[in-house]
Amino acid sequence: MFISETAGTLTPELRPAVAVGGSEEARLLGALRAGDARAYEQLVCKHGGRMLAVSRRLLRCEEDARDAVQDAFLQAFRALPGFAGQSCLGTWLHRIAVNACLMRLRSRRTKPEESIEPLLPTFLEDGHQAVPAVDWPEPCDRLLERQEVRQRVREAIDRLPDTYRTVLLLRDIEEMSTAEVAETLSITENAVKVRLHRARQALRELLDARMREVTP
Amino acid sequence: MNNPVDNPYIKCEEVITFLLAYLSNELSPEKEHEFERHLAVCPSCVAYMKTYQQTVKLGRATYEKEVEAAPLELGSGLVQAILSSRFDQ
Repeated sequence: MFISETAGTLTPELRPAVAVGGSEEARLLGALRAGDARAYEQLVCKHGGRMLAVSRRLLRCEEDARDAVQDAFLQAFRALPGFAGQSCLGTWLHRIAVNACLMRLRSRRTKPEESIEPLLPTFLEDGHQAVPAVDWPEPCDRLLERQEVRQRVREAIDRLPDTYRTVLLLRDIEEMSTAEVAETLSITENAVKVRLHRARQALRELLDARMREVTP
Repeated sequence: MNNPVDNPYIKCEEVITFLLAYLSNELSPEKEHEFERHLAVCPSCVAYMKTYQQTVKLGRATYEKEVEAAPLELGSGLVQAILSSRFDQ
């Protein structure tokens, strides 16, 4: 049975939750390795929804997203005997789903990506902003109540070139760390930071005109 | 007190280029001080930084609301297809 080595230092009310959570995962893993059909179904039902959500975001196509989830589970089933349990199953499956989506994105790219440069800020010779920024009149919380605003944000993210959209989704939406994104994309951490900053700047530019118009 | 003539302000271009590093607390204390000195006199860069942060928040919250609105389920057809594929290996 798996019990966290740090469980003894936790407050009494937290101990059962840690022990049960750890033992449940260990029990599920054991059942999967033993080929228990119900354990496989439990795994798919428990983690599949989140994997489909990330696949939809990355691929923007329902059919491709469903295929990617299926690919990811197939890869996971093959890799289960070698799964060391160093991360939890959910994190491991999420990573496999992201990789399955990235493979699909690469394989369907048939033409050179559009440049992000036109969406980045420009500067005068003296270093000042060419177009001075102004505040958006309405706070985020109020903006988000509007379905039309949320739709516009999704559309703007979808308009970003894949190279930048992928980093933005993995860092800001999936909340992966810079190091995790760098490893997943086989790029340096500095390249992740540069792409993330450009993606956010471009998204800001795409939203700016509309957000300025929104009246409180 | 710093005299702007002896110690000129950094440019907007530098502020905006290194904004992510500033917001991630990755700048040296000296650089951070220069940033804040610039922000104190440049409403345009302050507005840029605020709308940049709002952009990040809007992106995150939009997808969170999407997850709240639609249940995270695969549907029985896809679950069955995935489970069947296990035997195709």
